Amino acid sequence: MTAPLVALSNISRSFGDVRACDGISLSLEPGEIHALLGENGAGKSTLVRIIYGLLEPDAGTMEWNGEPVRIRTPAAARALGIGMVFQHFTLFESMTVLENIALALDRRVDRSELRARIGAVIATYGMALEADRHVHSLSAGERQRVEVVRCLLQDPRLLILDEPTSVLTPQEAEQLFATLRQLRDEGRSILYISHRLEEVRALCERATILRGGRRVAQCDPRTETAASLAERMIGRLPPAPVRAAGGRGPERIRINGLSLAARHRFGVALDDISLAVRGGEILGIAGIAGNGQGELLAALSGEISTPTGMIAFDGEPVGRLGPAGRRERGAAAVPEQRLGHAAVPAMTLADNLFLTAPRRQDLARGGMLRPDAIAGAAERVIDSFDVRTTGAGAVASSLSGGNLQKFIVGREVDREPEILVIAQPTWGVDAGAAVTIRAALRRRASAGAAVLVISQDLDEIFEICDRIAVIAAGRLSDARETSSFSVEEVGLLMGHAAGGPGRAGD
Amino acid sequence: MLAIEPRRQPSRAWSLLSPAIAIALTLCVGALLFGLAGRDPGHALYVLFIQPLTSTYGLTELLVKATPLILIATGLAIGFRANVWNIGAEGQYTVGALAGGGLALAFHDSTSPLLLPAVLLAGCAGGMAWGAIPALLRTRFNVNEILSSLMLTYVAILLLSWLVHGPWRDPDGYNFPESRLLSDAATLPILVDDTRLHAGLLFALLAVAGAWVLMGRSVVGFQLRVSGQSRIAAHYAGYSTTGLVWFALLLSGGLAGLAGISEVSGTINQLLPTISPGYGFTAIIVAFLGRLHPLGIIPAGLLIALSYIGGELAQIEVGVPAAVTGIFQGVLLFFLLGCDLLTGYRIRLAPVRGT
Amino acid sequence: MDPASMVLTIVAAATPLLLAATGELVTEKSGVLNLGVEGMMLVGAVTAFAAAVSSGSPVAGFAAGAGAGAAMAAIFAALTLGLQANQVATGLALTIFGVSLSAMFGAPFVGQALSPIPRLEVPVLGEVPLVGPVLFGHDAMVYLSLLILAGVALFLYRTRAGLVIQAVGEAPDAAHALGYRVLRIRTCACLFGGAMAGLAGSYLCLAYTPMWAENMTAGRGWIALALVVFATWRPGRLLLGAYLFGAVTILQLYAQGRGVEVASQFMSMLPYLATILVLVLISRDRTRMLLNAPRSIGTAFLPPR
Repeated sequence: MTAPLVALSNISRSFGDVRACDGISLSLEPGEIHALLGENGAGKSTLVRIIYGLLEPDAGTMEWNGEPVRIRTPAAARALGIGMVFQHFTLFESMTVLENIALALDRRVDRSELRARIGAVIATYGMALEADRHVHSLSAGERQRVEVVRCLLQDPRLLILDEPTSVLTPQEAEQLFATLRQLRDEGRSILYISHRLEEVRALCERATILRGGRRVAQCDPRTETAASLAERMIGRLPPAPVRAAGGRGPERIRINGLSLAARHRFGVALDDISLAVRGGEILGIAGIAGNGQGELLAALSGEISTPTGMIAFDGEPVGRLGPAGRRERGAAAVPEQRLGHAAVPAMTLADNLFLTAPRRQDLARGGMLRPDAIAGAAERVIDSFDVRTTGAGAVASSLSGGNLQKFIVGREVDREPEILVIAQPTWGVDAGAAVTIRAALRRRASAGAAVLVISQDLDEIFEICDRIAVIAAGRLSDARETSSFSVEEVGLLMGHAAGGPGRAGD
Repeated sequence: MLAIEPRRQPSRAWSLLSPAIAIALTLCVGALLFGLAGRDPGHALYVLFIQPLTSTYGLTELLVKATPLILIATGLAIGFRANVWNIGAEGQYTVGALAGGGLALAFHDSTSPLLLPAVLLAGCAGGMAWGAIPALLRTRFNVNEILSSLMLTYVAILLLSWLVHGPWRDPDGYNFPESRLLSDAATLPILVDDTRLHAGLLFALLAVAGAWVLMGRSVVGFQLRVSGQSRIAAHYAGYSTTGLVWFALLLSGGLAGLAGISEVSGTINQLLPTISPGYGFTAIIVAFLGRLHPLGIIPAGLLIALSYIGGELAQIEVGVPAAVTGIFQGVLLFFLLGCDLLTGYRIRLAPVRGT
Repeated sequence: MDPASMVLTIVAAATPLLLAATGELVTEKSGVLNLGVEGMMLVGAVTAFAAAVSSGSPVAGFAAGAGAGAAMAAIFAALTLGLQANQVATGLALTIFGVSLSAMFGAPFVGQALSPIPRLEVPVLGEVPLVGPVLFGHDAMVYLSLLILAGVALFLYRTRAGLVIQAVGEAPDAAHALGYRVLRIRTCACLFGGAMAGLAGSYLCLAYTPMWAENMTAGRGWIALALVVFATWRPGRLLLGAYLFGAVTILQLYAQGRGVEVASQFMSMLPYLATILVLVLISRDRTRMLLNAPRSIGTAFLPPR
């Protein structure tokens, strides 16, 4: 038997007192697509960053083609034949595709030669890409192609992809899979990180499952079910909320022909969006990130003001009201970005609770804060949403993503808003927290509130929403009952943006 | 190998300890420099930092010098917490001095008890007006307030120079560029007889107390802190960033203006081409040394004031140039900024990895 | 003053601004905002003056000035890049420190005169009326400043290393993930900025007004910072801005000399007011600022280890 391409044994790495990787072993054969499965925080990203030379392990060894190696820099990894496509793209927006690719090469390559080599890769793998476009004008799918082409130019033996499909439509993902299979057939190995179980089952021959920094299982995903994989990945799950068949109340959110110019060159314009959400229902807006979701949320939260008449809450025009004014009327909005938007990283949970407190919560009197009342309210949210933290005095940035999101959603839900708009409610959140958050949204709807969920996670949309609309390139499709939609149809609607101009910055 | 890693929670202990370490390190560097310059380090440091404290005169002078520093730094610290970088306090101080001083000169013959309050208010208003310009430029035209407030400082000093050389020059002053002395009705009362300690000190203490309540307890203070940490979060919360920028610049400008008129009305008693040894800039150091916290600014202001007086003494007794004071202040700020690392980060010995 | 010598003095007044702003441009392109230009210029100036006086060689003076500026920038880099200190505060500290340090070491030199560095004597060409002196009558540093600016422009837009600096300034995380040493690159950019500020200071006290005086930069470091904004981080516009400011400075001096009926103080305000004015004109276009400013400017970067 020949030596595996890569063999990791007993890799450990800690950050402070957190053990991100704890004695992980893993080996990859040539010509294999190997899945690395696990929840957020399971240690997947740390492990691949070690392989790519971005982090050094505290302990453990690595072999490449049977030879022991220590990879200290990404350049060394690339020299061995390791390429990596990052989850958060490592692209420079103000530069062209060509410049971005040049920056990732370890030696200077003449422009015309580089152009020719890019052309060759594009032709071989059938990926459309224009070398002179600026990256900020590319769609998410195109950006990913830049990253992939960038790796392929170095003729890698091992290609690592970190959550590559989280920004793709189902159709774009299929195209990517075709490319990956072609690469495998050429004898290259692929380490594929994901938490999407269905695609792992369709694509990968072997899977290593991580939980809490340890390897908990290795299996052939083709012989497993999604449920059995999920159980190994997560352990036991609390039951998912049941969609109540309660009646729908009066119309609470109404958007009428909302059009907004892009806020800046990297922004997306909203184009004639109309929408109505009734009390008692959850309406989901599906779409790939950067198709106007941020702008739509800002228009609804009041961070962008809109001409009178385009947005009404409970029949009353609110387009000119700022975020505070809308909160006073019983509306709440949770943006996608937690640290630095929904919460101030260096401030305590108590402070962050007060951040969005409406007057009726009575946490300030005569212009003065009431610290005890604020801390009490924060403790209540911490308790009822099972936020794992040292208390109301902990700073927001010290919490894990899932716990902070529970606190933020809890803070808003605790005020019993009649109108709740929330973006990516469970993005990057562990499964347990996701269940808690979705249940809270469901409860709010059952209590008669209108809930608008903007999400790129189709599973989530289909799980909790009563009706679904799709946003693409700043335009919104008609909303339809969830039961009358298929995932493929939603995917097709999402794809209307693919290749189109415009994508949000950050 | 040493490794730096962020703390999950900023350390309170280190936030208080790091100024102490910075002061100690600064003294070490000072001793070293004096030693290299062939002077007895012990004696030099004694003259700089201890001797002023051994006489009533020294002690009251300390308070006199600390007064403008504390007033200005209190305002600046509030702005810095809100990410409003007003570094033109020297200009606001100057315009405050000439607005109040101008009023006092205009009503030179008045004996009304209302003159002094009017003069002080005019000083405040002058500082506010000068602070309003960068506020307007930033909120309306997106102009960086660091550069605009600094440029306005040069303009203010030139304006003062023109006034004392021209229209406001004392007709009986043998052509010196000086105004007339202010009348008694426009002079701040002295707190301790036979010293220069004037009532401006009370304003400084009031300002500190007010700032403490504002930043620690009030909703406006909370909003300022949020907008300093994250403008996006402040916008999401619905705070008016424009309003907060105006607030911070008017407040810090007003306090700097009050410092200016207090100095003129309380200490100098007339307008001169130079009415400040750089209080407006030094107050930036005071603000940082005081951890941008009102209560921290009092000891910080006293320490820096001490370095001014000690510097004057050292000039006479040890024969070092007056600029030594500024060097001490600069080095202290360097060490302080460096030591701040310990508040937000942990330094640990990293194991040799990967064997 | 005849037109030719007017041009010469304008260029001379603009040269320190151009030198300092060119350095700061590179620093800022890498994502670092060093507000200590004024302090670095002053320390550069006093060191240059001391070196030139003691060695008798202006070249040694310029070299020492550049070295001193870089040493000041090294303090800044150690604090902000090594110890993650706030860049704005550290820059201010650097200026406060530099003002005092230069005043202390400059005290013995106050009042000493130095002969200015010579203008280039280009035979024949330099004697063509008007055009001759305007094109060929400057001192060597003027040409050097233009050469450096052209070099920086070529470096930034035509070389791989220049591309890397801009990448680091735009997205340090992405650059780190590709394996670039963000802190090392930023440190180099800082040191270059410091050396250029040192050269700018040296030019002031060796060529422009060949003497040392306390605080002789009179805010030029700050104006250079404003020029970088005015130029929207593009070398070509930097040239335009610097010469424009040179013109404002000289014209007000000229007007003062001609006894214009305005107090000299008001004329002296002009460069500062002009700075504010150009900042207004440029900054009001938020989109353009957003588009051109290095995206990560002023923010600390700590590589995850």
